[in-house]
Parts: sequence; C-alpha cells; structure tokens
Amino acid sequence: MNDKKVMVEIEGVNKIYGGTNHVVKDLSISVYEGEFLTLLGSSGCGKTTTLRMVAGFEEPTSGSIKVAGVNIENQEPFERNVNTVFQSYALFPHMTIFDNVAYGLKIKKTAKAEIKERVTNMLDLVQLGGFEKRYPSQLSGGQKQRVAIARALINRPQVLLLDEPLGALDLKLRKQMQLELKRLQKKLNITFIYVTHDQEEALTMSDRIAIMNDGVLEQIGTPTDIYERPASKFVATFIGETNLFEGCVSGIEGDAVSVTLETGTVTAKGSDYQMNEMVAISVRPERMQYSFEPVEGFTIEASVKEQVYVGSILKAIVILPNGNEVKIERLAGQSIPTDGKVYLYWNEDDAKLIHSRSQVFFDAVENMTFSSVS
Amino acid sequence: MSRQSKRGVKKVSSIIFCTLVYLFLFLPIIVIVVNSFNATTSKPYLSWKGFTFDWYMKLFDNTALLSSFGNTILIAICSTLLATCIGTIAAVGMYKYKFKGKSAIDGLLYIPVVIPEIVLGISLLTLFTNTHIPRGVLTLVLAHTTFSIPYVIFNVRARLSGYDNSIEEASMDLGANRIKTFFNITLPVLAPGIGGGALLAFTLSIDDVIISYFTNGQTKTYPLKVMESIKSGVAPDVNALSTLILLGTVVLVILTQSGIFTKNKQ
Repeated sequence: MNDKKVMVEIEGVNKIYGGTNHVVKDLSISVYEGEFLTLLGSSGCGKTTTLRMVAGFEEPTSGSIKVAGVNIENQEPFERNVNTVFQSYALFPHMTIFDNVAYGLKIKKTAKAEIKERVTNMLDLVQLGGFEKRYPSQLSGGQKQRVAIARALINRPQVLLLDEPLGALDLKLRKQMQLELKRLQKKLNITFIYVTHDQEEALTMSDRIAIMNDGVLEQIGTPTDIYERPASKFVATFIGETNLFEGCVSGIEGDAVSVTLETGTVTAKGSDYQMNEMVAISVRPERMQYSFEPVEGFTIEASVKEQVYVGSILKAIVILPNGNEVKIERLAGQSIPTDGKVYLYWNEDDAKLIHSRSQVFFDAVENMTFSSVS
Repeated sequence: MSRQSKRGVKKVSSIIFCTLVYLFLFLPIIVIVVNSFNATTSKPYLSWKGFTFDWYMKLFDNTALLSSFGNTILIAICSTLLATCIGTIAAVGMYKYKFKGKSAIDGLLYIPVVIPEIVLGISLLTLFTNTHIPRGVLTLVLAHTTFSIPYVIFNVRARLSGYDNSIEEASMDLGANRIKTFFNITLPVLAPGIGGGALLAFTLSIDDVIISYFTNGQTKTYPLKVMESIKSGVAPDVNALSTLILLGTVVLVILTQSGIFTKNKQ
C-alpha cells in the first residue's frame, strides 16, 4: 500500500462543538488514490462529522486536511474539488434530472454541447438514460440515489464523499446498489470515502475500513484484517458476531500466550502481551467447535439453550457455567447441537487474542445494541 | 319512510343547503354587478330602471375616483415589494440561525396580526406625526408594509418547514458560491411561499381602510374614496369600477388555476 499516492490526508483532526462536545478526537487517516475507504461506526461516533469536514461544511477545531497534497481546511465547500452524495439525496426539486446533473458544469460555465454530452453519458452510466426531462419527485428512491451519484461524479472530483447513501433504500435495492457503486468506483477509479453504520455493507464494498467509536479511530485495515484480526474488543463485537472469553495472561513463551480463563487455561498466539494483563479471546461463532464427549485439551462444558434457524445458517446458543451465552453457527445442512450438554473448544488458529481495554469500550458496545439503527 | 325516499330527501336538502350557501356568498357581488348596469339616476340608486353602460362611461370621467384607484395600486405594489423582501429575509434568517431571544421575536410577530387595526392605525399616526413625516403615499406605503410583513413571514415559513437544508449544501458542494446558491436554489424552491405571501400582502393593502384612514393625509385610496361616497348610497360608477376589479381578479384566478404561471411538475 505504501507505494500508492495519498489522496486525502486527515492529520490530528479534532472537532469540538460548543467548547465541550468533543465529537472527533485526534483523528489521522490516509486515504490512497482510487481507494474505497469506509468510515464505519454507530451513530454519533463522529464519522459523518469527519466526512463533512472533508467536504467543507464543518471546520476542524484543530488539525489539517489535505487533498492531493494541498491543505483545504480553510477552503469553502465550493472551492474544493470533492463532491458529496447526501443521505437525503438533496436533489434540487425544481429542476429536471438533466438540470440537476448538469448543475455543477453550468456553474463552471462549461460549453452547452459538452454539458449535454457529459450529462447524457453520465445518465447512461447510472442507467438512467431517458429520464432527463423528469423531476426528482417522479423518481423512486433508488433512481434518486443514482441521480445524486451522477450529479456528483460528473464533476470528476478527486474524491467522492458518500454519507450513508443507501440508508433509505430497502434491503434488496441496497444490495444491488452496493454492487453498482463498487462497479462505478472501479470503473472511474475515483477515491471514495463512504460513511455507513452497516458493517455488512462496509465488508462488501470497501478496500479498507476505518472503524470509529466515540470520535476515536479504533482500527483501520482491509475487511479481512478487521474481521480476522480485530484490534480491540469493540471492533471484534462491532464487526460480525463473536464470542469473547475474558481472562488474564498467565504465561508467555515466544508468541504463545497462556491465558487463564474462568474455566481453565488455554494458549493463543500473540505478541506484545504482558504477564497478568487482562485480555480477551475472540472466537467467531462459525469457528466454535463442539463435541458431545469430553475431548483432550482445553474444553468448556456448556448446555444448549436454543437453536435458531436463519435461512442459510443454523445457530445454536449455549450457556456456560458462569451464565454467559456462546453462539455457534453452521451452514444449513451441517449438524448443530439441539439440546443437552456439549463440550466447547477451538483451534488455536481461530482464537484471536485481544487486549482488554477499559470498561468504557465495553459500555459503548452495550449501548450500541440499542442505537445501532440510526 | 322507505330508504329510497329518505335518500331523496337527503339529496334535495343538500342541494337546497348548498344553493343557500352560495347565494349567501355571491348575492352581494351579484347586486354590485347588476347595479353597475342600472340606468337609474336617482339616489339611492337601487330601483332598476333599465340596462346601460353609462356608468362605465362616466367612470372614465371621474378622475378623482380613478386617481384614487391609481394610488391604491401604486401603494399596493410598493408595500408588497417591501414587505415581501423584508418578510422573506426575516423568515429565512429565523429558520436558519439560532440566536438569543428568537422565541420572543417569534411571538412578537403575531402582535401586528392580532391587535385591532384601529390601535395600529393610531400608533402609526402618532409615530408619523412625532417624526414629522408628511402623511401621504409614503406613510401609506410604510403603514401597509408594516402590517403585511408578518403575513409574508408566515407564508414563507410554511414553505420552509418542508425545506431540506442539504440542497443548499449540495449546491455549494457542486461549486456554487453563497449568492449563486441563493438565487439558483433557495429562491426558486421558496418561490411558491414567497408568491403566496406577496399575493396576500397585495390583497391586504388594496382593501385596507382603517389603517389607511389614519395615515393618508390628503391622499385618497380607492377604499377611502368609496367610504366617502357611500354617505349618499353607493354611486353606480363605484359599482362599475368594482365590477371591473372583480373581472380582473376572476381572470387572474382562472389563469393561475389553469397553470399558465407554473410549469407542470406534478
């Protein structure tokens, strides 16, 4: 990645509203040219504020934002070569689709013939050819969304900012638009910064994901990095489902860390851990192993609480002796315990060791379950 | 009674009721129109003496009445322009910005609407006398602007309640500065509200009597002139001019309804 040119450089940016409301905390992110970067987080985590600072609608309290090497934090929105796709689409209701898409070019006083050609091409690209004379009120949600994207892209921005653009669409349309957006981005090779609270959307579309929590960047990496190697408990629980086993480091031998859990001691791979440090082991539900007979090595005895059928996936929820719930997931067709006693274990490679951070993060996760639909 | 005859009674009674309502609304107007063609020359100009266009001919000789009508139109246009500009800017400002005492200012807007016109008239008269502004067209325009502003604000604000602020951000995002954004986006989107407010202001100005009575000095507006002349029954040339105004209004309403002024947007 290092050989790629940096397109957007956010450096040490803080945003404080009204002197006390600190919504973005010392944020530094580099976005590479042609990259699809997603800012992911629950509502109120500062991701939209970050996007609006890049667009120019908000001014950072401190720090710098560079686009293509130029400081832009003091430029007006209309002076920046970035364009935004708004969550509410923000189409101009009194203009036809043609005029909406042509707006940016008209402001730049582009020649009429060129405007016509570029608008026609752009509308074809978003599969809205023939809609030129309609008004926004005559379009469906998905069509409005495509107009909003066309209106932004026609200006050939260096960076396209998208603020939860698919939030108002139904599930099926959203899936379809996700692929379409990704296709457009690859085809035009424009840097996308995409804001969403939908982790699945982020995993599907992004080259890299930046996970924000309470104004702080928790982790930035490829979808695989984030899913397979979460850097914090917040990330582990926010991206997909996981089972966390908390314990304490009781021995270190090279990169093999012994962790003492309530139910026994298990080894996991990891570096830069210290003795007696509080840690957590994250095991994804689909990697959780079980057996009806005791197996050798580390196991946890548990009893099956219920089984859930979710179409292509089977889930079982089992209860540990300490009352915690553990989820097991299998593809439909595979077997899954239905009741009685099971012995849980996992392969060392499937267990991810995570530093336990302060309780604040755990509380944030707990609260998130109530506010994740923003 | 059978069900069917009950239904019949229902139908007949609703027709009668409807007719009465419309008669109640339109009878006074019909009387004016009819009387404007009445050939009678004796006061109080009520008994029908045959059809004539005389009053319309006479109307164009009645320079005092015509000039008062001219004054009314002039004052209405000026006060409407002023009230619309001030009211629109005020409404947009109050919608967009938060400031101290906003709710108080909000509440104060209703005062000119609810206080008796006579109080507003007297206070304006006192104001103009104390500030030595000669009463005439200028004071009439100022007075009419004063009571029209809240109506413009209410109308524009109603339009603003469904207004998506992000369309202005989108415009700036696409390269338009604030002035271009205001004229390309804000103004056209608010236009129906502004137009409605302006029409209301215009109407209020045209038929205002009480406040004009206090602030007119020697200048006569059309309603004041009519008030003056009815001491001896409504003169038929007033009927004639009223009929012409009515005709103008009806034509305007028909044009608006037929959508000539608005593009077809569904």
